[in-house]
Amino acid sequence: MFAPHTPSEREEMLKVIGVSSIDDLFRDVPENFRYPQLNLPPALTEMEVVAELNEIAMNNLPASEMPCFLGAGAYRHYIPAAVDALLQRGEFFTAYTPYQPEVSQGTLQAIFEYQTLITALTGMDVANASHYDGATAAAEAVIMAYHNFRGKRTQAVVSPSLHPQYRQVIRTYTQGYSGFSIVGDELAATEPLTGPDTLLAKINENTAIVIVQYPDFFGRIYDYTQIAAAAHAAGALFCVAVNPIALGLLKPPSEFGADIVVGEGQPLGIPLSYGGPYLGILAARKEYVRKLAGRLVGETIDADGKRAYVLTLTAREQHIRREKATSNICTNQGLMALASTIYLSLLGKTGLRQVAELCYHKAHYAAAQISKIPGFQVYSDTPFFHEFIVQCPAPVEEINDFLFEEGILGGYDLSQDYPSLPNAMLVAVTELTGKEDIHALCKALEEFHA
Amino acid sequence: MPEPTIFELSSPGRTGVTFPTSDVPESPLPVDFLRSDLPLPEMSEVDVVRHFTRLSKLNYSIDQGIYPLGSCTMKYNPRVNEMVARFSGFTQTHPLQPLETVQGNLYLMYLLQEWLKEIGGFAGVTLQPAAGAQGELTGILIMRAYHVDRGDTRRTRILIPDSAHGTNPASSAMSGYEVINIPTDPRGNIDLNFLQSVCDDRVAGIMITNPNTLGLFDQNIIPVIQAVHRVGGLVYGDGANLNALLGIARPGDLGIDIMHFNLHKTFATPHGGGGPGSGPVGVAASLVDFLPGPIVSMVEEGDEDIPPFFGFVQPAKSIGRVKSFFGHFGMMVRAFTYIAMHGPEGLRKVAENAVLNANYLLARLRNTYHVPYDRICMHEFVLEGRWKEVPEIIALDISKRLMDYGIHPPTNYFPLIVHDALMIEPTETESKDSLDYFVDAMEKIAFEARTHPEWLKEAPHQTPVRRVDEVKAAKELVLCCQPIDRE
Repeated sequence: MFAPHTPSEREEMLKVIGVSSIDDLFRDVPENFRYPQLNLPPALTEMEVVAELNEIAMNNLPASEMPCFLGAGAYRHYIPAAVDALLQRGEFFTAYTPYQPEVSQGTLQAIFEYQTLITALTGMDVANASHYDGATAAAEAVIMAYHNFRGKRTQAVVSPSLHPQYRQVIRTYTQGYSGFSIVGDELAATEPLTGPDTLLAKINENTAIVIVQYPDFFGRIYDYTQIAAAAHAAGALFCVAVNPIALGLLKPPSEFGADIVVGEGQPLGIPLSYGGPYLGILAARKEYVRKLAGRLVGETIDADGKRAYVLTLTAREQHIRREKATSNICTNQGLMALASTIYLSLLGKTGLRQVAELCYHKAHYAAAQISKIPGFQVYSDTPFFHEFIVQCPAPVEEINDFLFEEGILGGYDLSQDYPSLPNAMLVAVTELTGKEDIHALCKALEEFHA
Repeated sequence: MPEPTIFELSSPGRTGVTFPTSDVPESPLPVDFLRSDLPLPEMSEVDVVRHFTRLSKLNYSIDQGIYPLGSCTMKYNPRVNEMVARFSGFTQTHPLQPLETVQGNLYLMYLLQEWLKEIGGFAGVTLQPAAGAQGELTGILIMRAYHVDRGDTRRTRILIPDSAHGTNPASSAMSGYEVINIPTDPRGNIDLNFLQSVCDDRVAGIMITNPNTLGLFDQNIIPVIQAVHRVGGLVYGDGANLNALLGIARPGDLGIDIMHFNLHKTFATPHGGGGPGSGPVGVAASLVDFLPGPIVSMVEEGDEDIPPFFGFVQPAKSIGRVKSFFGHFGMMVRAFTYIAMHGPEGLRKVAENAVLNANYLLARLRNTYHVPYDRICMHEFVLEGRWKEVPEIIALDISKRLMDYGIHPPTNYFPLIVHDALMIEPTETESKDSLDYFVDAMEKIAFEARTHPEWLKEAPHQTPVRRVDEVKAAKELVLCCQPIDRE
């Protein structure tokens, strides 16, 4: 399809190779397995495939076409037009990992700028070139802690209000580490809404790492100073999973004493795209730089003394250290890291703060309006950012079905992950949520109750 | 002049985007939690666009020319894939929306699973893994879960040929296995005698790449697979080199039990300057219960009037989730489009042309460069980047000099079993003219190595920066821009 040879060129090339047909090139393939008949639909032209994909896409209902209150780890934010315009430059998206620095300075400098932006947001000293997503970054943080203590500490304390999928991925990633256990998140079944203080009793001399989320999965903002101190007193590492938009407003986790910061970078200029590709944020204090998974870009000079960038500390990585590497990760999320770098450059100091404040104010307005509706109660023991729990008079599934009939995508049904929260809805509000969307939601909820 | 960083371009008071003022009354901010400063750059939109446009011009990319980076399959990325992946029906769907509202996405994922099963010869596929390396980890965890489920806990070893990608041993170690290296025989195949000598009931499995990283189809593949199966081990296939086998042979038919696909190599989704990749994993029937969940399934079959309904299922003995949500959906749309545009014959043509191109380059270069394992190759091959008569020249010098001819260098110093390896993979999308240009440059460089070795040693000369000081970067370790002046 995209191969340019003419028949005569193919003949000429076969002659140079010294074989008479293409088939001669595949003689090493066992004959009884050669040339299977693939049962696939016949090829489509570009015109046909566009029509087909258009039809498939039309079978979806985009969240942009109705008021949407879904968040729970993936958020709708406004993405300035310049982000995608720049991403579509072939020089960026059709290049590969910058192994050859002399012809990859564009990618390298962009990653270097990304690393700087992440350190600025999180207050950490170093950030890697990015990870697959927030969940895998959290899992890598656990493995990093395991290796930091040479396998001698065999327990991770994980908050029940860390994103359920992050907790699942941590379990998957650590199943090969025999004797390693995860504690704390069993509270998700019994005391899902418990605060960080409950975790203090779980921390001991065997704890390698303590992980909490900020704002947590329920949108709540806690001061983690005490739990960080407890982790450090036990000699463990303290890790915070963040929402980068919230860090436009809230003080960075470094101020609580975080050693490692992970997070989902999707809110920084990356579309929802049904869950991926997203962006894993992984940053740490400088003493852990040699234990950090993934690629790192460093500044240096070229033969003429000119400033230049290059992949550095590669001796940690799998292509050199093989089975002794810090991680098996090879690539990063290059283009997604670039998207967030462009996004943050456009918004800058004032823009990010403005977006964070809009999220905050609209969410609080929504919470206040919903709490006025009889039968609905907003969980309000702690400050929150742009997501909050609504205790409903009926199962969330029922309410969401009703909302959908009214043209609204309701919030996330927490009972899917927290069976002891049967009627709890997690409502997310961003700068894209209009006042009229909030009013439409409230009106529908009132009607549901009536 | 080096391109300034975004922090150097920053000027207080600028912004590249403004947002409307709040349409709701403001609430008091949580004063105890507010940050005191936000050290981000301040730039106008035009500053930002120009900066990143200038940066882009410092890159080499497939759009500019041949990118023969061995094992990376740097083929042309069709523009139509970019267009369709940006349809709002795809980009604007939230991963937690009700299933009724995302039937298009699920249909696409379901068909892609079916197509990958068909192309690879597998009984089940997960689309969740984010990249090849994560596919490997997924595969080895499946292997582990399979043995544990059978109560077979003695198996502690994974066999890995010495030509393997570094991710193979790293993924095995992350899954708690000991790695046993298997040497390569003089023909470039897995050393069968050695393999048989280490095959016992401690072996959980083997990870093989076929064609291997020498670009050769392993002539011992069937006896290798049989030897591992005989002792109860499983065979993992690294799908990095699947481009050579599309419509030529199905790894599952050969006896491979688990394999990851690289959508960003074989199915032309863009490499993006190092990601996002996408690494779906296919497995044999005995392993489908161990796949990570959730997996898309047709939960209600349709009929003439009602379309089928798609949903998610959790495999019975799943290793668990390896990633949030469902994988790199945006990459799935692109790979789907690519496969749909090729059909069965088109995919076979991809492999044929990729192998034709590699053999053509090999035939034209073997008189100038030493080929350590010289036989008909598949989609790539490995040369030695050194000559006895000019001992000071190494593969790195050849690579850097290629840049002066406007060509991205091949992979160098890999595989580790070849001295000064230059691993060359042209892919099927290069024309004969482009291949000839590459050969001419390689021949000129071989000549220059003898007449003007300093041209190679000091190369590159024509690139945005000259050879960079990697030692200084690692020693002095500057990983962030200069902090902004915080007055």
